[in-house]
Amino acid sequence: MKFVSAIIKPFKLNEVRESLTALGVQGVTVTEVKGFGRQKGHTEMYRGAEYVIEFLPKLKVEVAIDDSQLDQVVEGIKKAANTGKIGDGKIFVFDLEQVMRIRTGESGPEAL
Amino acid sequence: MKKIIVFSSLMLAVLAVLAVGTGFADEAAAVAAVVPPNKGDTAWMIVATLLVTLMTIPGLALFYGGLVRSKNMLSVLMQVFTVFSLCMVLWVIYGYSLAFTEGNGFIGGFSKILLKGITVDSVAATFSKGVNIPELIYAFFQATFAAITPALILGAFAERMKFSAVLAFIVLWFTFAYLPIAHMVWYWAGPDAYTSAAAGIKAGETAGFLFQKGAIDFAGGTVVHINAAIAGLIGAFMVGKRVGFGKESMAPHSLTMTMIGACLLWVGWFGFNAGSNLEATGAAALAFGNTMTATAAAALAWTFTEWMIKGKPSMLGGASGAVAGLVAITPACGYVGIGGALIIGLLAGVICLWGVNGLKRLLGADDALDVFGVHGVGGMLGAVLTGVFADPALGGVGVYDYVTNKVAEYSMSTQVISQLWAIGTTIVWSGIVSIVAYKLVDMTIGLRVTEEEEREGLDTVSHGESAYHN
Repeated sequence: MKFVSAIIKPFKLNEVRESLTALGVQGVTVTEVKGFGRQKGHTEMYRGAEYVIEFLPKLKVEVAIDDSQLDQVVEGIKKAANTGKIGDGKIFVFDLEQVMRIRTGESGPEAL
Repeated sequence: MKKIIVFSSLMLAVLAVLAVGTGFADEAAAVAAVVPPNKGDTAWMIVATLLVTLMTIPGLALFYGGLVRSKNMLSVLMQVFTVFSLCMVLWVIYGYSLAFTEGNGFIGGFSKILLKGITVDSVAATFSKGVNIPELIYAFFQATFAAITPALILGAFAERMKFSAVLAFIVLWFTFAYLPIAHMVWYWAGPDAYTSAAAGIKAGETAGFLFQKGAIDFAGGTVVHINAAIAGLIGAFMVGKRVGFGKESMAPHSLTMTMIGACLLWVGWFGFNAGSNLEATGAAALAFGNTMTATAAAALAWTFTEWMIKGKPSMLGGASGAVAGLVAITPACGYVGIGGALIIGLLAGVICLWGVNGLKRLLGADDALDVFGVHGVGGMLGAVLTGVFADPALGGVGVYDYVTNKVAEYSMSTQVISQLWAIGTTIVWSGIVSIVAYKLVDMTIGLRVTEEEEREGLDTVSHGESAYHN
């Protein structure tokens, strides 16, 4: 099993969700996060004061999937979240050791 | 804490003595009304008084509140709210009497303490002979001015001052700066006293010092804006910079609130400016039109200048421009023509933008919400330009001579010099009173919260509550 964590532009969430549902992914966790990459921050001005906003708001989309789905899921997120401009985000893939569904006690791929 | 209790019990004791000594509205002193007030004027003054109240609560409170960080939101709302209430009570107890009864050129007397002798039949003079309004509504119309002016100062030392210190300072400043300046600029015997040249001279001698100097200030450019701005600037220096000023982000937490506040100020200001005419006449309509024109012009001027210089037109810039225009037209609104108002507005938008940028850096004080940059710079600009555009040759209405009963010969240079007298006197008077008042409060209560408390935010530290829960 794999755990995919993608940092995306907030306005791309709907497209990413649609693409994942189309691929048969059963559940998604979304978190509002802040950070910086190559895009860096931007400057905001309030009357005479300038502030550099170093951390930009992004969304972190996390899914747990079966090994067989990995290529499609990564490709799906990549396509859906792509704008071609700086700051589109990144996709991280981890090995997932164990999953358990709390209600039924199922574990492993059945619990996904 | 002990010091606060000592301070407040002293204040309470003074109030108690006054209350026992005088008693509210003595029925014995009922004055025979000369001319009964007109219902239209009375209705307009009641509405105007409500509009000025709206400017402060919630207008100014939201305008300022949106500009601070979210951890200090309630402290700003609470300071504005409490200062408004406090000054209202002080006004009833001794403020009205000291500002608007005959005394010397600098301060009035104690004859109307606790509004003594003012009944439903008492009248106050307007700017027309033989026209009066109920003195009670005049007293409370003026009360709203006396309550918003100290509240304007709060923006300069926002986010770092102790609540008790704020209140103690305001009591001192209200008493020793607002009341004398209001008396100096606005107190006079009223038009009916000017029956002949000799009577006019005699009546003139009882008026306030700056009134006698010939300074004109229709709705409070000196009394309200310059006065408060100087106290704010001195406060920014004496209270000191906010922890992390210039290093950490102190971006406004809600420009939405600030925009709502600015609009409430704009609407309420019609009560302030057109209400200062004291009668529902064409002159009130002129003050109304000038206020609308100058404000819109200033909002555009700030927006487009900022767009050109900084690349983007900001909402905060638009709102600040509107307030700058309102401030600048305040002393002028009853004296200039619509063309004059347009120019005053355009200049206010550009010059106050400099006030919060170049001038602010030059002064080096952490005037947190730009009280001086907007109210000080806009107030002085407006006071000088009143002298320029009141000139009938430039479309102004000039200054009325109540002895000859027509508009007097106008000399722009003489009038501008009178205006400079008013500006200079207000700066020096408010400046000295402010320095002494901050110093006294610093020695007794202490001006600032601790650094740790400041980092945590005044909402929880001073008031035990938070504005937002997420």
